[in-house]
Amino acid sequence: MKVAKDLVAASATPMVLGILAEGESYGYAILRRINEVSGGELDWTEGLLYPLLHRLERLGYVKSSWQSVMGERRRKYYRITDKGLAELAEQRRQWDAVVDTLKAIWLGPGNFRLLTAIPLEGKA
Amino acid sequence: MTALDGQEDLEAQFAQWRQYVQRRRELQQSDADELEDHLRGSVDELVAAGLRADEAFLVAVKRMGSLDDLSREFAREHSERLWKQLVLTGEADSPEAATRSRHDLLAMVICAAGAAVSIKVPELFGMRLTEDGSFYGPNASLFVLPWLTAFLAWRRRARRPLIGILVALFALGAVAANAYPLTDTSQSVVITSIHLPIALWLMVGLAYVADDWRSSRRRMDFIRFTGEWFVYFVLIALGGGVLTAFTVGTFRAIGIDPEKFITQWLLPCGAAAATIVAAWLVEAKQSVVENIAPVLTRLFTPLFTAVLLAFLVAVVWTSAGIDVEREALILFDLLLVVVLGLLLYSISARDPLVPPGLFDQLQLALVISALAIDVLVLLEITGRITAFGTTPNKAAALGENVILLANLAWSAWLLLRFARRRTPFAALERWQTGYLPVYAAWSWIVVLAFPPLFSYV
Repeated sequence: MKVAKDLVAASATPMVLGILAEGESYGYAILRRINEVSGGELDWTEGLLYPLLHRLERLGYVKSSWQSVMGERRRKYYRITDKGLAELAEQRRQWDAVVDTLKAIWLGPGNFRLLTAIPLEGKA
Repeated sequence: MTALDGQEDLEAQFAQWRQYVQRRRELQQSDADELEDHLRGSVDELVAAGLRADEAFLVAVKRMGSLDDLSREFAREHSERLWKQLVLTGEADSPEAATRSRHDLLAMVICAAGAAVSIKVPELFGMRLTEDGSFYGPNASLFVLPWLTAFLAWRRRARRPLIGILVALFALGAVAANAYPLTDTSQSVVITSIHLPIALWLMVGLAYVADDWRSSRRRMDFIRFTGEWFVYFVLIALGGGVLTAFTVGTFRAIGIDPEKFITQWLLPCGAAAATIVAAWLVEAKQSVVENIAPVLTRLFTPLFTAVLLAFLVAVVWTSAGIDVEREALILFDLLLVVVLGLLLYSISARDPLVPPGLFDQLQLALVISALAIDVLVLLEITGRITAFGTTPNKAAALGENVILLANLAWSAWLLLRFARRRTPFAALERWQTGYLPVYAAWSWIVVLAFPPLFSYV
């Protein structure tokens, strides 16, 4: 199963900000991390990630710097700013609301029919 | 295959990939660096997983997806990159380019300031711009163009002999403008005022093409430079007009009349400095902005052709003779200049290898109708000169007419042969660039020989 493109795009910002909140990172590592955490279900492309990072930098949520690693190779690292942390908190609040609502609808009382109709919930 | 060979191959592949990336306008140098680091990370991991280097590279590139998709995504975030921006200083792609553009900027500021100051220097000796027109007219270009030449010679790192020649020619121009005993009302003052700038502009060209002045390509570059310079100068002048209007309006509102400041300082110094700034802009933006002169040419060639043909039809229909006064002669000279300009700038932008098309035929029609009109005018004026004798004005105008006529006649012939696929397009280009010295020679003759020839009338 692959997550739909719109959903990937909508959730990309809080994910990137969330990863950067753990510490400074760079494009390839961020992509790897997303892959790892989502178990390969989120189909992120470089065309999604890098323009997004540049946009976040333009908005002032992250700051970038070039650092030399392993001798000659230069790598662009991104670090979250205070403004980015505030944005992350705001996005988390919104996503919590969305997730809570979805959970309440799907898993709430009086919805056993739907619950049993979702095969994924078999192991739950 | 040894590991070392594999590594070399890999580097070659990365280099090739970088070339592809850098061809994309949406992707800048720093993006290429960032994406390359990504690709290398991906390759390293695949190699660690047991793939050979070249296999790993292929897989990694494939995973990144097509460059088209990638640049489209980048363009969505960086749409401003599709509008080519003129980077004046600073953030250039490489440090050397950045230093170079800073040096250029500095040289430009020095030369522009020099030109602006030079134009005011004669005031120290009691000259007044508004009163001593017969001094400023012939000399104005001598205050400004040496600075422009210096700027270009500096940029091209011109060698000493060339610099020596340029200095000598500017000195010669200064002699021509000032040594002859001309009265304020003499025709020759006006003639020199018109022809000396042309002669000196071609000296600017000498500095522009620097060491390679025989090369047809370099001369064509100078023609392109001239057209773009003109367009930029007009744009700067328009901006200057707005600035002037606001200066007058705002200061009048508080009861101060800035007219003297504007006519004595803003206009002359601004125009002198703008000459240099326009040249610097053309040099700086060469690869950044599309040339505008050829675009204007494309727009106006059909319109001018239509007007000239209509004029010819009207002449034949009404069988009216052309009234050739001095102004009319100059008007027709200018018409030939415009036609020549339209021809030159479409040549300058044309790919010589493209086969002849509709536009070339249109151009042929334009040139032929201009020629036909000019022959009518020439017949008229020769008749008048033989009847009433000649003056410096008439002789100069007639000379120019003949020079332009010769150029356009041969151009028409070459265009015709090109349209019938007998000669390559390059012949026309060579003809035009080879003709440049003729203009220079003629304007020097007018400046140097006409006053004594016509006994300082």
